[in-house]
Amino acid sequence: MRMDNKIDPKELEDFPDEERPLEYQTETGSLNIFGFWMFLGAEIVLFSALFGTYFVLIFRTDSSVLPTELFDMGLVLAMTFTLLTSSFTSGLAINEMRLGNARRMMIWIGITLVLGLGFLGMEIYEFVEFASEGATLATSAFWSAFFLLLGTHGVHVAMGVAWFIIILIQIKMRGLNPVTANKTFIASLYWHFLDVIWIFIFTGVYLLRLVIA
Amino acid sequence: MSNGTAATKKGHFPWKHVVGFISSIVLTLVALWIAFYSAFSVRTIIVLIFSLAFIQAALQLLMFMHMAESSNGRIQVGHILFSAFVAIVVALGSYWVMEFGIHLEHHM
Repeated sequence: MRMDNKIDPKELEDFPDEERPLEYQTETGSLNIFGFWMFLGAEIVLFSALFGTYFVLIFRTDSSVLPTELFDMGLVLAMTFTLLTSSFTSGLAINEMRLGNARRMMIWIGITLVLGLGFLGMEIYEFVEFASEGATLATSAFWSAFFLLLGTHGVHVAMGVAWFIIILIQIKMRGLNPVTANKTFIASLYWHFLDVIWIFIFTGVYLLRLVIA
Repeated sequence: MSNGTAATKKGHFPWKHVVGFISSIVLTLVALWIAFYSAFSVRTIIVLIFSLAFIQAALQLLMFMHMAESSNGRIQVGHILFSAFVAIVVALGSYWVMEFGIHLEHHM
């Protein structure tokens, strides 16, 4: 693969204290990261529409299974801390990447993956549990909004897991260079973002519904 | 391929990440406590827990994601703030416009 022009470090002074990180060393790399932030802006708005739907339908349980009977805060807390820790470990992976330790970086990404899969497992368990109690996508407007919002987030997490696996393979094959470092950094941004969305799910979906019950 | 790893290899402890992680845990637990164990009114609780959520989101954007770094940092921060503004307008605006249908007696 051909590399595009390297950025002259003297041209820009955006990393004054340290050497320019690998992922920012090419012009394409820098623009990829910038472009990904634009994408995250769109994702925020996408999720806001789902949150808006949930808020509007928050009492529309059609007198069927109530969320207050089903929401299990213990499980929700476990999911919250699993995802939060995975966000932390993917940050540590980037920290190691910037120190040039490809091996340690891959270990942290591996831990992130395990935690991500654990989160998905708990979410699937929760959904199956809810479905067995009679709360499905078709039960009531409330549960439709709930499963749509949580499901969209869950699909994002699943995609993040697949993304990290592909990146691990690529780094194993090609080593750390400006291109693979750039991809890893962007995947970690995506992963952190999923945790940011989860903060609002924790607060706006679970806590809010139980508080106003 | 190039192996232009960073020259600064001295033990860089990831302080930002650790601070972000610990404060996220604390903020989550505080929100939980306010929601279930405090004596505030429901309205106050809702305002407080959402404020904590926004603080935690900002912390993670800055501590974990380094939103403000690089020459595009300012544009990135501006873009995310604008997205957050649109998000609040969409979510809160939907709620506000539809409020007549949310608090029907038989649902309370």
